Amino acid sequence: MSLTDDQLQTVAHLARIAIEPEWRETLRKDLNAILDRSRLLEDARLDELEPMTHPLEQTQRLRPDVVTETDQREALMAAAPAQENGLFLVPQVIE
Amino acid sequence: MAEEMHSVSTSDLSQRGDAALINAPIAQLRSWLSAGELSASDLSAAFVRRIESIDPELNSLISRVDPVEPAATDGVLAGIPYVHKDVFCATGTRTTCGSRMLGDWVAPYDATVHKRLTQSGAVLLGKANMDEFAMGSSNESSHFGAVANPWDVRAVPGGSSGGSAAAVAARLVPFATASDTGGSIRQPAAFCGVTGIKPTYGRVSRYGMVAYAPSFDQAGVIARSAADCALVLGEMAGFDPKDSTSADKTVSDYVAGLDQSLDGLRIGIPKQWLSGDLDPAMGDAVQAAIDELRAAGARLVEIDLPDADLAQAAYYLLAPAEASASLARFDGVRFGYRCEDPKDLQDLYERSRSEGFGHEVKRRILVGTYAVSAGYYDALYRRAQQARRLVSGHFERAFEHCDVIAGPVTLTPAFDRGARSDDPTRMYHEDVFTIPVNLAGLPGMSVPAGFVAGRPVGLQLIGRHFDEARLLNVAHQYQQQVDWHERMPPLAGDSVNENHEG
Repeated sequence: MSLTDDQLQTVAHLARIAIEPEWRETLRKDLNAILDRSRLLEDARLDELEPMTHPLEQTQRLRPDVVTETDQREALMAAAPAQENGLFLVPQVIE
Repeated sequence: MAEEMHSVSTSDLSQRGDAALINAPIAQLRSWLSAGELSASDLSAAFVRRIESIDPELNSLISRVDPVEPAATDGVLAGIPYVHKDVFCATGTRTTCGSRMLGDWVAPYDATVHKRLTQSGAVLLGKANMDEFAMGSSNESSHFGAVANPWDVRAVPGGSSGGSAAAVAARLVPFATASDTGGSIRQPAAFCGVTGIKPTYGRVSRYGMVAYAPSFDQAGVIARSAADCALVLGEMAGFDPKDSTSADKTVSDYVAGLDQSLDGLRIGIPKQWLSGDLDPAMGDAVQAAIDELRAAGARLVEIDLPDADLAQAAYYLLAPAEASASLARFDGVRFGYRCEDPKDLQDLYERSRSEGFGHEVKRRILVGTYAVSAGYYDALYRRAQQARRLVSGHFERAFEHCDVIAGPVTLTPAFDRGARSDDPTRMYHEDVFTIPVNLAGLPGMSVPAGFVAGRPVGLQLIGRHFDEARLLNVAHQYQQQVDWHERMPPLAGDSVNENHEG
């Protein structure tokens, strides 16, 4: 499983992370070293096993459909990098 | 509680200065506080003095919190100072996760762990340094600088809960909260010569604990002894409706369980773990610890626990995959770091994340994104989940033959700062004995078990699901036989303290 530079570009875009040019090649090598370990997963003993998503036998707990949260807009928006009138501000999305 | 309670007058305490306080078991501190021989504000002040004088050399804390009066004067932890690993939200405190991404973020709500400790009367003194977003084994990836191991400042304290372990080892606080996803409580506890417990997955609420890998993360505690851990865990543990992965199971009385006899207890020794890459001196220390357990009445049983390397390969796909989802929320829009002058939305996301996250976090997000991407999901992520099933199965089979598993925590004692920085996979190998436990969701502890080349080493104890009481019991009985956990690093002591050998 070897990552090419193009694949790295695609993955970086999916993750919405910009990779600075000076780091690209080292990063690609590091990622390949990590992915190299995944060759151990070619072990045939895994073939018939059910994937394990979670360590405990649990199902999603449900609760009554009742409002329990209070309006904390002020407090929660206090950390916003840019806001106006209770709206988060971002660069223009639609032309 | 097996320890004798000493009655002491305030003048004794003031004559012996802080020395009496910094090594006293939490139960002893509570006894003095309840009797009025010590006030909560004096106790906090003593630890604050220590933090101010010693922490500049360690950098174990990212921020300080002014102590307040305990919320409950008769709570189990009333008046006991502590620090939170900076992954726990406490309203009004900076909660950074060791990252520039949350460098200035102030939590607007409380983690359940914080609420419970506050209700118990514990007094928060600060937020402990950590590897960024809990990803690391050395505390070197923190945006707020590396943490020094109090036993040898050239060494790492371990990670990701390096600040928590260093603060307790240096006696800056009696206990610290911490979290463990692949070993992040057990490994730093081992490297710093302190006691740590990662409970069963689901035992302690994760509400308000910033997520790294939600099917592995678990909150726990680091303290100087199993008895202290038992007290604190008893307050932290239990069902929380706000955490959908919280287990609805009663919490046993961990303190009452400490004195149970070990007669007839079967302790499983994984034959694959005491060979291979293990440092021979480490092997000797672990063997000596295991011999103490036998002397205390336990029966040793050799067990089969293969595939530690497979577990590691699976973890370094599964945890990063989960991290890529957990950290997707950090986009510069609603909270956290935002880059300067973004030219469009794409640029906002990409540069905020690139500048806000450090290299290790970005590496893991990228590996994780790749592992779940179209075309690779089955061969990587799904395959790793099958490996998780295999490894968990090994533990199930092992626990048919034993009640508790004992072995090393790490391959070697703490390494020097910078020694593993060039090769991420070499750093990952530090977790080879701790990771399988997180895959299976089992409880695990690290208990001080001696020194190798002047640096502490730990004994790992692993239990069945929800058998924390038994683990704490075994650790406590071990700590009645040996005094490794009472040793204090020279940096933390001064001439008034008698327990200063290293």
